[in-house]
Amino acid sequence: MKKAKLSYSLIIVLLFVALIVVMIASITIGRYPMSIKELAGILGSKIVPIEPFWASVQESLLLNHRIPRILLACLVGCSLATAGASYQGVFQNPMASPDILGASSGAGFGAALAILFGFDGSMVVTFAFIFSLLTVLVVIYTGNMAKGKRVLGLVLAGIMVGSLVSSGTSFIKMVADPEDQLPAITYWMMGSLNGTNPKDVSFAIIPMAIGLIPLFLLRWRINILTLGDEEAQTMGVNAKYLRFIVILCATLITAASVSVSGVIGWVGLVIPHLSRRMVGNNYKYLMPTSMLFGAIFLLLVDDISRNLLTTEIPIGILTSFIGAPFFIYLISKDGEHN
Amino acid sequence: MSIKVANLSFSYGTYEVLKNINFEVEYGQFLSVLGPNGVGKSTLFRCMLGLLRPTFGNTFVENKAVETMNAAQLAKYISYIPQSHNPVFNFSVFDMVLMGTTAQTKNFSAPGKIQNEQAELALERLGISHLKNRGYGNISGGERQLTLIARAIAQQAKILVMDEPSANLDFGNKIRVMKTVHNLTQDGYIVIQSTHDPDQAYFYSDKILALYNGEVLGWGTPQEIICDSLISTLYDINIDVCSMHNDNVRVCVPADIKDKKRRT
Repeated sequence: MKKAKLSYSLIIVLLFVALIVVMIASITIGRYPMSIKELAGILGSKIVPIEPFWASVQESLLLNHRIPRILLACLVGCSLATAGASYQGVFQNPMASPDILGASSGAGFGAALAILFGFDGSMVVTFAFIFSLLTVLVVIYTGNMAKGKRVLGLVLAGIMVGSLVSSGTSFIKMVADPEDQLPAITYWMMGSLNGTNPKDVSFAIIPMAIGLIPLFLLRWRINILTLGDEEAQTMGVNAKYLRFIVILCATLITAASVSVSGVIGWVGLVIPHLSRRMVGNNYKYLMPTSMLFGAIFLLLVDDISRNLLTTEIPIGILTSFIGAPFFIYLISKDGEHN
Repeated sequence: MSIKVANLSFSYGTYEVLKNINFEVEYGQFLSVLGPNGVGKSTLFRCMLGLLRPTFGNTFVENKAVETMNAAQLAKYISYIPQSHNPVFNFSVFDMVLMGTTAQTKNFSAPGKIQNEQAELALERLGISHLKNRGYGNISGGERQLTLIARAIAQQAKILVMDEPSANLDFGNKIRVMKTVHNLTQDGYIVIQSTHDPDQAYFYSDKILALYNGEVLGWGTPQEIICDSLISTLYDINIDVCSMHNDNVRVCVPADIKDKKRRT
């Protein structure tokens, strides 16, 4: 066991190193390539005065577009993977994904509504965030009214309310201006990190931190929740209370992700599964592995999304292209811990 | 150390499942709860474990009412050993046992070195150290049951409540598990199990509680409880209780078994 645990820790350290490498590599590639020397120079000049040997447009590109986008890709990937892993634990269901409680449908509705009202930029993000949270609150409220098993009630309420909200989105699409609003809504739904600015990062980072930190700290206890309420309770864990906290945090990070990036599917399902393959089901290792893996994965996919073709491919389409076949491969493989 | 159930009644809505149950078990005693299906054995256990709130009466652990304790406090006194099950996520046997120590840790932390040692010791004590890196879902039913007992040992509570520990086990594993559990009473553990096997209850228990229609039909030593009339009433079928090996063993057989033609 000692040996196994050591190697799990090693995997996490290696993933962390990989993340840093991928981040630096991602900065250098793009329509306007940037060398590591220039990168170091621009960043260094913020701390110590360095005579600029780069064009000022490069500095602006780096600080206002590329770095925010890379940070956001990492944050969103990390959040979606963490939310997926957390929901899977509290719902005792390996097929749970971040949109299980309707966070994505709610965000989609909010964004569509904002676009319909003629808002753009940060108002769309704010609307998406608020409606995402509202939808999940409605789901939790309805789920608690359901008779019988509470977890099942919650999941069913998620499906119902999610579908209700999606109909609302369809209605908005119907009445929206087909010249500019409808394409904007459709494009938003596909999920994209295109046009990320520093404001998006600062908007998302606070709710993400509020959600991610407790989930990381509570990760051992999520193990006990997966055994069911009664067993958890007799092992000294207040299951109801803990589940509520975990759902709240996971919802917060999902809402924050979806509102800045649109609907990006599969990350929350595939990454936790891949991580389970690598470090087993113990959340002590699973959580950090999912977090790092999610960040790396989404960053790589975003690199493809902005560099493969001359026009950007929405990242949500790419994650489905990659995620779905990969997931089929994963479930068809056997392992001692699955 | 003792656990006492006093005037305990429980109703689901208007349906009264348990009526005025009273008993007390002390240090090192082994209690078996007998009763037909659906008589409320599990409900009684849930009340004792603080999972259900009795409509009347209470359970006292060392003279403290279970109701007044939170989950973490109660977990230091009582642990629960469910029937061997297959959880959704396949944890390693070691992690499964380690989970028992959670009540000792703070909310935001994971089990540390001391807890790891407790888990190792618990595995050793049940003789399943060799399984620790195996997946809990990949071992046999008997091994799973031993793992869950090890988890309860790691929890360091002195009262073990077991829901039909020998159900679903083969003949050999049944005996192995019962022996293991019985050994624990030698070290002062209080073991409370529900069972459908009166022979086994007779052999291992210090006390037997027989529940019938939600009430206590019999409470006493195995010699007092395992007898023709009581067992026949309890299971609503004519039973002959046969004594063997100087009454160290009693075997319950259907009264009409001597006539082979009447098996149907």
